[in-house]
Amino acid sequence: MSHDLDQIYRREAGRVLATLIRLVGDFDLAEEAMQDAFAAAAEQWKRQGPPVSAAAWLVGVGRRKAIDRLRRRSLASRKQLDLEAHAAVERQVAPWPDGDDSFGDDMLRLIFTCCHPALGLDAQVSLILNTVCGLSVDAVARAFVAHRETVAQRLVRAKRKIRLAKIPYETPGPERIEDRVEGVLAAIYLVFNEGYAASSGPDLIREDLCRDAIRLARLLGDLLPGRAAIDGLLALMLLHDSRRPARASPEGDIILLEDQDRGLWDRGRIGEGLALVDRALHVRGCPSPYAVQAAIAALHARAAHHDQTDWRQIAGLYEVLARLSPSPVVDLNRAIALSMVDGPAKALDLLDALAARGELALYHPLPAARAEMLSRLGRRDEAIDACRAALASAKLEPERRLLARRLAHLGG
Amino acid sequence: MTSEATRTTTMQYLLLIYANEAEFGARPEADLKAIMADYGAFTQSIIASGAFKAGDRLAWASTATTVRVRDGKTSITDGPFAETREQLGGYYLVEAKDLDEATAIAARIPGAKYGSIEVRPVITAS
Repeated sequence: MSHDLDQIYRREAGRVLATLIRLVGDFDLAEEAMQDAFAAAAEQWKRQGPPVSAAAWLVGVGRRKAIDRLRRRSLASRKQLDLEAHAAVERQVAPWPDGDDSFGDDMLRLIFTCCHPALGLDAQVSLILNTVCGLSVDAVARAFVAHRETVAQRLVRAKRKIRLAKIPYETPGPERIEDRVEGVLAAIYLVFNEGYAASSGPDLIREDLCRDAIRLARLLGDLLPGRAAIDGLLALMLLHDSRRPARASPEGDIILLEDQDRGLWDRGRIGEGLALVDRALHVRGCPSPYAVQAAIAALHARAAHHDQTDWRQIAGLYEVLARLSPSPVVDLNRAIALSMVDGPAKALDLLDALAARGELALYHPLPAARAEMLSRLGRRDEAIDACRAALASAKLEPERRLLARRLAHLGG
Repeated sequence: MTSEATRTTTMQYLLLIYANEAEFGARPEADLKAIMADYGAFTQSIIASGAFKAGDRLAWASTATTVRVRDGKTSITDGPFAETREQLGGYYLVEAKDLDEATAIAARIPGAKYGSIEVRPVITAS
């Protein structure tokens, strides 16, 4: 594929596929037909350049290619096709009237089908990246550090379940849409976190994951406007992503929030994120947990220097979050925020209580935070022990290097 | 999978009702009576809506017998095929337009509140 066509593929494949699935009623046939259409485009656009509406052209051609494929299948089983059989094949494929502009509706159908709760979360994420975002099976496998065969199998099984169990190709009705949107957001956030958690290695594809997640949330927000949970998640991802240029040194070492060059933060993303947070928080009823997390990220984004951070408000927001969606990780972050307000002694008590609960036994940020509090209290030996415990459970190389540097700094 | 051309076709789903027999059996008589009444009302409602194809309650799993034929030899053993925490206690065969409609019916089965309903599409010859 030429570079231009490659870009068109990444941009339009999701929309084209979404509409083709509705017209032909089958994921696999729609995918084959779309590949046929892109192959035809490679030939024709080489000479004439792409048409004004590439997506509409591709759907039109793809639809005819699907009919050709169905016809060849009928021929293979019947040796000869009479007029009636020709007409029957045509009827299997819905018409595509000129000027039909249901791309948005079809995209929603595709998103909700990919994220149907009857599919496992791994399958949902692989499907949405493969179909809506146009990532190849190889790219999905690379992004999740999984074997190509594992991902390919997962996709085949998911599509077979969609077909055999007849998961509807529909946007859920009002009685179900709230729950289903939550499911879609969980899948999008998982995509984002896969991209954001990586800080070294062949990163490019993982930055792509962050961009894809943001693109998906934007798309969902455009198609279902005025939903605080979608605005909240989009804001959260934009605000986190704004810090990406400052989060790692050129050598791939982690740079902590307090040491980051805030001049490198992406002001465009911050501006968009802050506007969305305001909108997401100004709704009646319980705020979405995503909006609360975004509000915390917004307080960091608003602080020109680390020592101007409004820790009191951040600690308060973590308390709200702990009530909306209780989790030991939220308690950990609340304790760290409180240490900036009430000092390390009180925070250490909270952390020790958290460690006693045992839920975060393998989560290295807990001993790392204990090491920090102990060091601030001048309890050097205990701090060294805690730092060693953190190092023992940290898995990513950059995290291990960061902890090793801190251990050396403590003299351990 | 629905396309505009095939949207009217319906599917059949087998709704398998699982529950923990020991827990179920330990319930007071009045509870069981109420549950049976709920089942009666539910069955009537899906007969009225046209979704009902078949449905039955099964005897305890301890009455199950498993049959296998290997190399032409039939073996008959006591007990269900697999020992699990919840046992198959009944089923409905229903007609629905898609999985969402089938799971909505399954969620209304009285046993869904204390056990689990497995929803399996039926493969029909086509």
